[in-house]
Amino acid sequence: MNVIRQKKQGRGSFAVLIILATFWLLPTVGLFITSLRAKGEAQTSGWWDVLLHPFSQNWDLSSYSQVLTENKLATSFISSMAVTVPATILPLLFAAYAAFGFTFLSFKGREFLFSVIIGLLVVPLQGALVPVLKMFISFTDKTGIEISGQYAAAWFVHSAFAMPLAIYIIRNYMMTIPNTLIEAARMDGASNFTIFWRLVLPISVPALASFAIFQFLWVWNDYLIAFVFIGNERPVLTYTLLSMLGQYGEGWQAVAAGSFVSLSVPLLVFFSLQRYFIRGLTAGAVK
Amino acid sequence: MKDLLTALAAVIAGIALTALIYWFLNLIVRQFPEKIKKVIEPYVFIGPVLFLIGLFVIIPTIQSIRLSFMEEAIDGSTKWVGLQNFKDLFAEEYFPNMVVNNLMWIAIVPILTVSIGLAIAQFANNVGSRAEKIFKSIFFMPMTISFVSAAVIWRYIYAYAPEGQDQVGLLNTLWMKLGGKPQAWFQIEAFRFNNLLLMIILIWLSAGYAMVLLSAAIKSVPEDTLEAGRVDGANTGQIFFKIVLPQIWPTAIAVFITVLIGAMKVFDIVLAMTGGNYNTTVLAQTFYLEYFIYGNTGKAMAAVVILILAIIPVMFYQVRHYRKFEAAR
Repeated sequence: MNVIRQKKQGRGSFAVLIILATFWLLPTVGLFITSLRAKGEAQTSGWWDVLLHPFSQNWDLSSYSQVLTENKLATSFISSMAVTVPATILPLLFAAYAAFGFTFLSFKGREFLFSVIIGLLVVPLQGALVPVLKMFISFTDKTGIEISGQYAAAWFVHSAFAMPLAIYIIRNYMMTIPNTLIEAARMDGASNFTIFWRLVLPISVPALASFAIFQFLWVWNDYLIAFVFIGNERPVLTYTLLSMLGQYGEGWQAVAAGSFVSLSVPLLVFFSLQRYFIRGLTAGAVK
Repeated sequence: MKDLLTALAAVIAGIALTALIYWFLNLIVRQFPEKIKKVIEPYVFIGPVLFLIGLFVIIPTIQSIRLSFMEEAIDGSTKWVGLQNFKDLFAEEYFPNMVVNNLMWIAIVPILTVSIGLAIAQFANNVGSRAEKIFKSIFFMPMTISFVSAAVIWRYIYAYAPEGQDQVGLLNTLWMKLGGKPQAWFQIEAFRFNNLLLMIILIWLSAGYAMVLLSAAIKSVPEDTLEAGRVDGANTGQIFFKIVLPQIWPTAIAVFITVLIGAMKVFDIVLAMTGGNYNTTVLAQTFYLEYFIYGNTGKAMAAVVILILAIIPVMFYQVRHYRKFEAAR
């Protein structure tokens, strides 16, 4: 009886999921179809028309070439990469070091400091933006070295703001390393420095990878920090896309193509690294 | 291309530099006698991070709070004005609306996100592992989309053209099929309907996150507790509400809190969809507008301080929760 009931339940669940999944996919599918349409058609009819008459449709890739060159989306793509890759990799070593300290070393104020880190997980970014911007500007006034408007400004801010989450994820992972392993290494006379580099860091690679995927998506998708610290000198994808939204003269299909260019990287990361991504998520993401 | 090479060089230089910093600090520490070394060595490990967080997060946040009590002149000089910035902000025409909007985001988005995520997780648990995987990917995929891209995507749903012109928006087309007239959805302020339309976007983005965590929790519910329920003749609904739900409750709360924080800080979606017009503005959007568009530091900082104050209770909850969790393991 149980088996029959479960089968019935399975079919009902399947039906509900199909309906929900259609609703969930529809917006993105619509965007994709729109991006492939000719300008005139995208302007005068909804994208679902294509599904009704797929063969009378003029498929057209020109909106992609248009946005990549005219709207400088290709340049923005490079800017986004130049912001995201360092902002993903640079925090890793810092966070791993700190996570090691919080996991394997005992010192005064450890519990308190770690509570501060946990608290900072939720602190709003907006709270720090303006003073940091002022700090960069006064630094430039004193030294003549430009920071604001350069990629480096975004690297610093993204790295610092990623620290709490990075430490949290990596420490949670390090907690699962048996203490006896560390003790054995200590008995052999290894210093903490050696234990970190030779033993703990190599074991912790999966946690570093989980965090890196997170951080990559977060930075790639960020608008606010890119707007404040880099702005229009080296506009990143989110920035360019938002300014394209203001100019509908270009047509629906152009904005759609632009949006899809910016989506392509996160989707690629997601589908190739889904397993690690979800593992990182369940390891405790509270951002 | 040059930019990419610069970035690559920065990565290599950055890693070398950080490794060098730690190596150097370690070298210094090694000079001390064993007893002192034991005391200061941990700070070599956590020190650089504390410095980074202090410099870029903690000190600036405190400065923001200080600035909220200051008035800034054009030349950058500041003077103490007490609560004037807050009074100015409260006196703004948009302020009461903004508070109501924020409260609505908080009241609606987390509960719906968790409920939908839970429903999907539970249904997906019944359909066999291959179908489950595919469904999960579909629901999870929006998680990777930026708020700005999501705004572009949903503009195609909500798009509006005056009557008699070609409609390209899905919602208006469906609405007209049902016999309605085309609507400018974002301008419908009755019952804050336009706010609800914006909230759907955040729910769409984050339900997958809720689903992943809740699904993991559902799968860890011990089979024998379910079997015991079945033996006692409980139906599917009873098993879910009386047996499964209580056991996954802590996860549901954790997800709820995370989405709640997201809803409190919501900004990009509003900016990209309505720019805060038609009574859709929220706190974080007000900060952006007052500082970057109107150049009004005082009011912007007052908005930030309110945002921080609103988040502090959640912060304390998180820390307490973590401590309990830590004590248990």
